[in-house]
Amino acid sequence: MFKEMHDLFQWAWLIPALPFLSFLLIAFVTKRSKGLSSTVSILAILTALGLAIAIGLGIIQSGAELVEHPVIVSANWLNIWGLKIDIGTVVDPLSGMMLFVVALVASMVQIYSLGYMQGDKGWSRYYAYQSLFAFSMLGMVLATNLLQLFIFWELVGLCSYLLIGFWYFKVSAREAAKKAFITTRVGDFGLLLGILFLYNKFETLDFTALSAALSTNLQNVAVVGTVGYVTVMAFLIFMGPMGKSGQFPLHVWLPDAMEGPTPVSALIHAATMVVAGVYLVAKMYFLFEASPVALQFVAGIGAFTAIFAASIAIAQDDIKRILAYSTLSQLGYMVFALGVGAYSASLFHLMTHAFFKALMFLGAGSVIHALHEKQNIWDMGGLWRKMPITGTTFFIGVLAISGVPPFAGFWSKDEILAGAFQNGHPIIYAVGLFTAFLTAFYMSRLFFVAFMGPEKPQNHPHESPLSMTIPLVILACFSAIGGLAALPEHNFSFFIHFGEFEPEAMNWGLAGISVVAGLLGIGFAYYIYVKEAIKAESIAARFPIVYRILNNKYYIDEVYLWLIHHIMDGLGKVLYFIDIYIVDGIINGIALLTRGSAKVLRRTGTGQLQTYAMVFFFAVVVIFMVFAFGEGQLSSLNPLAMLGGVK
Amino acid sequence: MNLGNLSVGLSTYLLVGAMLFCLGLYGVFAKRNIIAILMSLELMLNAVNINFVAFNRFLWNQKIDIHYILTGNVAALFVIVVAAAEIAVGLALVITIYRNRQSTNVDEFNWLKW
Amino acid sequence: MSSALPSGGSFLLPFILGAPLLAMFVIVFMPKDETKMIKIIAAMGTFVAMALSLFAFFAYDRSLGGMQFTLTIPWVPDLGVNLAFGVDGLSLPMLLLTNLIGFSSIYASWNMENRAKEFFVLLLILITGVMGTFIARDLFIFFLFYEIVVIPIYIMVIIWGSTKRVSKEYAGMKLTIYLLIGSAFLLVGMVALYLAAAKQGNPTFMFDQLAARQNLYSAPFQKAAFGLMLFGFGSLISMFPFHSWSPDGYAGAPTAVSMIHAGVLKKIGGYGLIRLGVYVLPLGAKYWAPVIAALAIANVLYAAFIALAQKDLKYVIGYSSVSHMGYVLIAIAALNPTSINGAVAMMFAHGVMSALIFSMIGFIYEKTHTRNIPDLGGLAHQMPRLAIGFIIGGMASLGLPSTVNFISEFTIFMGSIRVLPVQAILGIAGIIFTAVYTLRIIANVMFGPRRPEWDQLKDIRGPELVPLIVLGLVIFAAGIFPNILFGLVNSGVTSSGLQKVLETVSQAKMGGLF
Repeated sequence: MFKEMHDLFQWAWLIPALPFLSFLLIAFVTKRSKGLSSTVSILAILTALGLAIAIGLGIIQSGAELVEHPVIVSANWLNIWGLKIDIGTVVDPLSGMMLFVVALVASMVQIYSLGYMQGDKGWSRYYAYQSLFAFSMLGMVLATNLLQLFIFWELVGLCSYLLIGFWYFKVSAREAAKKAFITTRVGDFGLLLGILFLYNKFETLDFTALSAALSTNLQNVAVVGTVGYVTVMAFLIFMGPMGKSGQFPLHVWLPDAMEGPTPVSALIHAATMVVAGVYLVAKMYFLFEASPVALQFVAGIGAFTAIFAASIAIAQDDIKRILAYSTLSQLGYMVFALGVGAYSASLFHLMTHAFFKALMFLGAGSVIHALHEKQNIWDMGGLWRKMPITGTTFFIGVLAISGVPPFAGFWSKDEILAGAFQNGHPIIYAVGLFTAFLTAFYMSRLFFVAFMGPEKPQNHPHESPLSMTIPLVILACFSAIGGLAALPEHNFSFFIHFGEFEPEAMNWGLAGISVVAGLLGIGFAYYIYVKEAIKAESIAARFPIVYRILNNKYYIDEVYLWLIHHIMDGLGKVLYFIDIYIVDGIINGIALLTRGSAKVLRRTGTGQLQTYAMVFFFAVVVIFMVFAFGEGQLSSLNPLAMLGGVK
Repeated sequence: MNLGNLSVGLSTYLLVGAMLFCLGLYGVFAKRNIIAILMSLELMLNAVNINFVAFNRFLWNQKIDIHYILTGNVAALFVIVVAAAEIAVGLALVITIYRNRQSTNVDEFNWLKW
Repeated sequence: MSSALPSGGSFLLPFILGAPLLAMFVIVFMPKDETKMIKIIAAMGTFVAMALSLFAFFAYDRSLGGMQFTLTIPWVPDLGVNLAFGVDGLSLPMLLLTNLIGFSSIYASWNMENRAKEFFVLLLILITGVMGTFIARDLFIFFLFYEIVVIPIYIMVIIWGSTKRVSKEYAGMKLTIYLLIGSAFLLVGMVALYLAAAKQGNPTFMFDQLAARQNLYSAPFQKAAFGLMLFGFGSLISMFPFHSWSPDGYAGAPTAVSMIHAGVLKKIGGYGLIRLGVYVLPLGAKYWAPVIAALAIANVLYAAFIALAQKDLKYVIGYSSVSHMGYVLIAIAALNPTSINGAVAMMFAHGVMSALIFSMIGFIYEKTHTRNIPDLGGLAHQMPRLAIGFIIGGMASLGLPSTVNFISEFTIFMGSIRVLPVQAILGIAGIIFTAVYTLRIIANVMFGPRRPEWDQLKDIRGPELVPLIVLGLVIFAAGIFPNILFGLVNSGVTSSGLQKVLETVSQAKMGGLF
């Protein structure tokens, strides 16, 4: 069985290659024909999805054998003195899961875009970018080594940049794209440093080889140095995920990234690219595990981001921004799950979150499409009746993210909280639980305000076309049943786990608590926004400062902007001043000195031949005197003798 | 008064030459009229001529080598010829300059300054 | 390989050198109003050179390594001057780079109508001169070609340049005087080296023989001679305090000159530091390495910050090229085979990238008559192809993976982080600021709302596309398949004896300057 599958797994490189081919085709051949471009792109990603499903089934059939021995195919990419890098594909349950999720969401989004992007002038360009993104993301998932991962990591960053700035004529989109790229670049700086130091120490970047080298040498201080060294490495590597997965304090770009088309937000900024950081930490988990300090740090940052972003989401009015902060909060969940050691729970949440968050973003897109680019939830209302499919699927998404059983979010979220509690992190457990409550609250708020309540007369919503609703339905199915992967004997954590596999029984008590938290949140929102038992305005009025701080996202953007405009640009201006007036000034000063001395010395050229003759004569006299009477003293100064020209 | 003791040696001639040369030099340095400068230049050349002739008379032992007898005199002749040529060219220049500038004052001829 | 060889060997390199020269002579005898024909002939000459150097690039035997396609003709035997040509893994990429950029620069000046004949004659002389420095195996010839380069640059900046912050006369003068001051110091170093090497007779200017006579150079001599060369080559590669000619010069120069100057001419500095500095005077290099490293960091960060404060497009790129040269310098200071690999590749990568960006800026200026960033904006509406070229150049500049610049920078960082960790980390921090200013100019020039005043502009088309296609292709081909370039560079580093030199240097007991 495994042998046959092995042959299949070797073809995994086709999965990213197909979208890349489609990118090239669109860019160079079909760019003038809208229909062809989208067809090529969708065909490529659907084929890739088919392959990913085949590989996924193959992985499930191969069972434990593949978990122990991932199938790696690689070829040399760069080979010079002191630096040897391979590039290839690795097939193991983790990459298989990611392949499936990415290919599924990407194909759903591309089909959805047929409806959403209807009539956009940049149609072919959009599908070219989509294909490029699919290529980069799938290539990243299959990476065998850190550098390959970094390469694709940057490429997905590029695609994110291009797609956020897709409507490049909008100033806000252009600024958001720039912000996203630069903020993630700050994280990439650390990641790159980490890669360099790791290669320096272990002479390899291969995940398996690195893991082996680290585990065999962990006791050997001479090779690894101290645990401190490992901790530093882990910190540096973690800077990358902090940028890419929007962890505090590098989270600022993600809400702004909502300037891109909504399907893009669904694909890149909810389901796939932003979880790349979680994926990277999972891939490098052997490094983090070796340093308890680093794990603590990861858990702390994750938990803080989770509650921090959730608190902001409560006070936002833009439907996409609420979802964006919710994404940040859920990413924080995944990250702190890794920090507390709930490895498979984190990745499980990654998968379920991809389903329901993509669903909700696409649903939001459907609403925005129907309301002609209105994004404020207070401009909506009563949409469920007019848009039944969008409304129902969105409701499934809300239930899933709120952790209501049996929807997908319940299983993964519960595993994370149980992991935090059982691994001895009570504070983080409490934070997570409170975040779950907040999540349920703001999600239900969004749902109740936008989909229920009175209709707004100025809106004339209508259900979206089939190309948009079918992806919604498919994703809703996955959001509903995706969590059941936790149930069978060979469940999710059997395939994807770190270290020895220990089957864990469901802790129904803890699960009950988290369900209660979620239901409380929904009920609270119901009371405020449907029953209107307590006026939302009155709460905001009671705590004006809190509301303003939350609404302005803790003023972090303002602080960063101040730093950039005053410190960085100011430094630039000061250095430019120094460059022109000091560095260049010295150069110009030397030039001026030359000119000045020439100006003075040229006075000696009076044009009076008599003066010249007089000077000449007396100079001859002086030289004659010197040679006649000063022979002994001055022969050493004889320039000819110095040159050695006189024998 | 024994005129025989009053021998006129080489140094006397050189002294005369040097005086003449210095007079010429002074003229060249100090005169403002360009023709006067040319004349002073002639003085200097003639001072050199005196030196040539004097050295020719005193320095060589005429009985030893007949070839050296007239070397200095020939050099002096050359100088006279060159001086004649020089004064011809010089005066031609002076006349041209005078025609253009209506002046023979060298102070006004500083067109080559810086 | 001995200088006693009267002739024989390959005539490939003289042909490459001769092709643009021949085109130049043809143009000299053409009527000056035949501008179309002049451009075609210039393009043909450089195309032949480019095709032949591409052939050389792939025909070079990488497993054998060393100098290949050699040709040695004794020129002044008494002084030991030989007309010696040859390329190895260090100079062949530079030769190819010269010809790629030379060919593109002809097309970047395709709309040149003002005194076109003189322009292309001078441009071809310039290309030939730069090429000559890279294929020379003899220090004397190297220097000769280097001096040839100075003359056309001066004339071209003065006649065809543009006056912005500084006048073009000032820019041209600054450029030329810097080149000449650098070469003056170089000349002293060169003569000193020559005399030291000829101490036991048999004078020579050949690089490999100069390098072979290590035992004749005392440590103090190496320090002094390397110092002179550092000054000369350093001002050529725009090392920190000697960099101020670069932004002013590029801003004043016409597009083709900016392309060639930033693309290849600057690299003579880095190439010379490796070929003549590190290779011939390793102990001197070791002694000066801490200074180079410190100045390199100044280059990277200082210039990147200044680029943030610029309003003129060419100044941004001018300072960015100063900043990128810091990476080359830090690689040279690290003195190990990995970093030298990176240095050579970075010079190649930066050359292609800066030539692409300068050609795009040239088109922008030609069409809009401004380079002032606040006056520009939204050009992607009217000129999408130009925008693509600009973005490709920008992405290469900030070292995006899949461009050759990324892998070069990575190699440099890898090589230098072992030896100079602090400096390397500071240098790597530069990638953030590079991203900031690059993305800023992309956003402010290409993106944003449509501006009606540019609506009549035509996108680049026809011959104008050549720089974009040629240079863009190279950026990605070498970035996606790095072994194409790095295989050659690596064979240059490992086979030329450089590796051995570097190993002895790393073991030398002599500490650095500080």
